[in-house]
Amino acid sequence: MQRYLLSRLGQSILILFGVLVLVFFMLRATGDPVALMIGREATQEQVEAFREAQGFNRPIYVQFFEFAFNAIQLDFGDSLHYKLPALPLILERLPSTVWLAGVSLLMSIMVGIPLGLIGGFNPGSIWDSMARLVGLLGQTVPNFWLALILIIVFAVNLGWFPSFGRDQPSSVILPAFALSVFSMGQIVRLTRSAVLEIRSEDYIRTANSKGLSNRVIYLRHILRNAAIPLVSVLGVQFGYLLSGSIYIETIFSWPGLGRLLADSIGVRDFTMVQAIAFFTSLVVVALNLLTDMVYALLDPRIRYS
Amino acid sequence: MAHTTDPDTIKKPVAHRIDIQEGGFWHQVRYIGKLLLRDRSGTIGLLLFLTFIISAIFAPAIAPHDPLQQNLRDSKLPPAWSEGGTWEYPLGTDNLGRDILSRIIFGSRVSVYVGFFGVTIAFSIGMIFGLVAGYVGGRTDNVIMGLVNLLLALPYLLFVVFIAAVLRDSNINPLILVILIFGITDSPIFARITRGEVLRMRQSGYVESAVSIGANTRRILFDHILPNLIGPLVTLATFEMSAMIFYEAGLGFLGLSVPPTVPSWGNMLSNGRKYLTTYPWISTWPGVAIMITSLGMNLLGDWLRDVLDPRLRRVKK
Repeated sequence: MQRYLLSRLGQSILILFGVLVLVFFMLRATGDPVALMIGREATQEQVEAFREAQGFNRPIYVQFFEFAFNAIQLDFGDSLHYKLPALPLILERLPSTVWLAGVSLLMSIMVGIPLGLIGGFNPGSIWDSMARLVGLLGQTVPNFWLALILIIVFAVNLGWFPSFGRDQPSSVILPAFALSVFSMGQIVRLTRSAVLEIRSEDYIRTANSKGLSNRVIYLRHILRNAAIPLVSVLGVQFGYLLSGSIYIETIFSWPGLGRLLADSIGVRDFTMVQAIAFFTSLVVVALNLLTDMVYALLDPRIRYS
Repeated sequence: MAHTTDPDTIKKPVAHRIDIQEGGFWHQVRYIGKLLLRDRSGTIGLLLFLTFIISAIFAPAIAPHDPLQQNLRDSKLPPAWSEGGTWEYPLGTDNLGRDILSRIIFGSRVSVYVGFFGVTIAFSIGMIFGLVAGYVGGRTDNVIMGLVNLLLALPYLLFVVFIAAVLRDSNINPLILVILIFGITDSPIFARITRGEVLRMRQSGYVESAVSIGANTRRILFDHILPNLIGPLVTLATFEMSAMIFYEAGLGFLGLSVPPTVPSWGNMLSNGRKYLTTYPWISTWPGVAIMITSLGMNLLGDWLRDVLDPRLRRVKK
């Protein structure tokens, strides 16, 4: 197992290096990062001064090594817009995004797992139809559109929840729900199909023929085995929620990373965009690594190989 | 209830299997058609999908108005059935008095372009790399799959937004740019599926026997591997097309897709957002359009998975 974990760690580091290369060279994909960052209205002198100040006139490999070396030390340079180091600005927004993603994941779990279990245990029942419907809706309802509908219904017409900001504890409800639909659908689908699959395994038939009660079979044999794939999907979904809240945060004026990204794109603050892209990737990759570690602990096939 | 039969076991197995030996191409088409009509949700999916394609192709003939025609006197009219609405504008008008129904019909064109060409590019690139990785193996496989895994490990939405934002100023036509972004960023998933299928087939009896009777690489590839790849890849393509339409609308919502003057579902959502509290229908309808299209493709994809996949796997994506 140690070897498995070490190789996964190595992979994660390689991925992060790939991310560094990608965010560095994407900014230069159009040829000149200066044009990208200060727009078309700037005068020639301004452009040259900016190029000098940012060090864009040096050979590209020097720039890359400096960028990579600093990034490893978690120094992403200064935000062009705020004129402050990017990382503290990111860390300041991070708790909001983590809170939103966390509540969202909790909602997905609380609906998704019970519904998936009931659906899987009683295929063809009304609960199963519900589970399949939620699974389908999760893949077909655009979350940014759902967000607008939620605002119209629950914030404007009913006035139950605030429509933007993060001033009250209840502010998180609408954005978290809008963000959760996709994960909810995925979790329902996975739980349901895991239960269905395990139900048809030989050891369940054996357990049945031994005369074990349904309760024991469900709890000991099915639930425990269904938990393994669920762990990995929960990790992946949390990563998705953390990095996929750009639209939702923009719509609800939620003071998190996603909105910072959208705003930074708006004001051409590309050092900030770069920093957010790398930092979010770092978090997501770390989360995936962690998920795999938990997975390895739970699944004896990996633990003992 | 002891006698209830598990509908899951009735639905899936042997009946759906397609016997390739029997009859020719048309026989197969007829057979697939029969299977489709038997499956209610698959039929609905196909109908929704066809509605989407037809409205995109024949937009000028179907749309009641010019989608760009502004008519300030009729601006912000609600849908016909609510108070103050008129059947002249069945779904109402937007802030500039443009007919929402016509804009949705024309907007489907952007979605069709992005979905169809984006998937075609992703499909082609992914299949070629997947074939090479799976067939050549060794170091080539390691390099290609390393790259594929790198791209699949990235937070997808974030990078699509990042790339679209960076390339927005370039001289490429915005529609082509969006198509290329989705086509390239989505290809790893096709590569991974292709490689998995190729590896599985190489170990199967029929490829081994083809090799043992001296069939050359070309013959094995075109006669044995490619025909068996079509099923899983076409199924994947349906789901990915729906996802791309989704993401394109999202980019449009952030103002990173086609220019705001072009009627597209994302642009309509983005424009309607400003009038969310006062004229909610402006942003409601394009979302309904996205949802219906995506629903159609998902139902069709679920059905295709059951019919085209000879082993009737029940792996959920």
